Amino acid sequence: MSRAPVPVAVNTFREAIRDRVLYNLIFFALLMIGAAILVGQISIGIDRLVIVNLGLSAISLIGLVMAIFIGVGLVSKEMERRTLYSLLARPIRRWEFLLGKYGGLLLTLVVNTGFMTLGLAAALFYVSGPFVRTDALILVAVYFILLALAVVTALALFFSCFSSPMLSTLFTLGIYLTGCFAGDIREFGDLTQSQGMKLMSRVVYYLVPNFHNFNVIAAAAHGESIPLSLVGENTLYAALYVALLLVAASAVFSSRNLK
Amino acid sequence: MSTPAIEILGLTKDYPVGFWRKRMRRSLDDLSLTVEDGEIFGFLGPNGAGKTTTLKLLTGLIFPTCGTARIRGRSIDDIDMHRQIGYLPEQPYFYDYLTARELLDYYARFSPSSAIERRGRIAHLLERVGLASAADVQLRKYSKGMLQRVGIAQAILDDPQVLLLDEPMSGLDPVGRREVRDIIVELRKQGRTIFFSTHILSDAEMLCDRVAILAGGKLQGVGAPGEIMSLEVHAMDILFELPAGQDVPPALSENVTKIGARCRVEVPESELYAALDQLRRSQARLLSISPIRPTLEDYFLRLVQDEKPRPNQAEVTVR
Repeated sequence: MSRAPVPVAVNTFREAIRDRVLYNLIFFALLMIGAAILVGQISIGIDRLVIVNLGLSAISLIGLVMAIFIGVGLVSKEMERRTLYSLLARPIRRWEFLLGKYGGLLLTLVVNTGFMTLGLAAALFYVSGPFVRTDALILVAVYFILLALAVVTALALFFSCFSSPMLSTLFTLGIYLTGCFAGDIREFGDLTQSQGMKLMSRVVYYLVPNFHNFNVIAAAAHGESIPLSLVGENTLYAALYVALLLVAASAVFSSRNLK
Repeated sequence: MSTPAIEILGLTKDYPVGFWRKRMRRSLDDLSLTVEDGEIFGFLGPNGAGKTTTLKLLTGLIFPTCGTARIRGRSIDDIDMHRQIGYLPEQPYFYDYLTARELLDYYARFSPSSAIERRGRIAHLLERVGLASAADVQLRKYSKGMLQRVGIAQAILDDPQVLLLDEPMSGLDPVGRREVRDIIVELRKQGRTIFFSTHILSDAEMLCDRVAILAGGKLQGVGAPGEIMSLEVHAMDILFELPAGQDVPPALSENVTKIGARCRVEVPESELYAALDQLRRSQARLLSISPIRPTLEDYFLRLVQDEKPRPNQAEVTVR
């Protein structure tokens, strides 16, 4: 296996750090501190629920913003600034470059999400004291958020291989939002009389990634159990989607003229 | 017979243009040329001639519409070809959040070498391109000339056999240009092949074993700079001083330019001796006689004038 993607990934991570992307953690920390203080005063008995809900939603939203906005620039920025020229003249294949860029952003998201999870844990500890067993569900929810972010990043990277950052953002966000309501779209289609609508809703359901399945924030907040099978299914589902998107991105990018 | 350093075989590049991208504009038209091992080869032409397109085709950044090329016997599609080349893009731009040392270290990681080897080589290169004192400054604080030096350093980082340099002297002051020229000459002494495009024709004349001239995507000529220039008609330039009170001989007076006490006159080569006779009769003191050979620049300018593109000259419609 070629090691060429590794330096690209490390450099992508370094770029994110130097561009002060992780400054969002300060915002998250302030949000958690504020929420912890406020919750203690207004929500007797449901403080844990509020903190977990708020914390996981913020982790998901911040991760989503990062995945989309950095993801759509992963390739296009390098082409626009022509930093790619002296890199691709070296012995590195285009798919290796893409894999490195993807890995670098994923690493950034994992580190960022890791710190936010620590922040959430600290706020939770402050509000409801020592951890209980059901708190482990928060980690499962965070893992699912990361899986969703991995798919979103792959989508953003795929679009950034052939369209402008603005269009890539629209496409990625559009697919993400559609994917969040994939189940509803299918049910809606089943309810209509039109065969065309039925077919279209099914096509959309099977084509777009089903992000709804990755959302277990409510279950984690209420301490409801999450089946182990779902962990396996979601992992496999995300891995397959990411692999497909990266292969498609590589196919597009490998034949692209870098004018 | 040794393998040529670069073999270009009928390279053609068309770009789609227009909203439906059905029309094609030809950037490079059936280019064929060979660069021998150890040569310094200049690639000249006006803007839009196809020089950068050729270099991008050779580095695999764009793909040919037809034709192919080989570098040291390896096809440009072969990833191992990239181990043979060093490439300096035109007006290079690098990751501005990195320092020069970090950038070179990043690029060096794509070739097998230990951390110690990398460190030593990078320090040596930074010294060589005159950036040792700015090695740990972020590139966003670099001037254009400094970025060009970083570009040269990254191009020779892996000690490639063939260097493809797109306008290597661009953005450099006279000292920087001389340093780059020295590096190019030194690399040739080490047996490297240098293929570079340039607008600075004096550099090409000074450095190149051979040059190719490209205009409108087509090859106009290949040869030693002297061969190209020898195609032209020569004239002679005479610089002289006249004794006080002496007038310029009437036969020459129309073409004389006075520079202080000195006079300069340009005469056709066939009329040189007649002009000298007249100057002798006027007791002129000869300072110099030199042939006016058309420079590469003259050749180049004439080509540009001849090749003024007609609208949609190189467009073809794809069915």
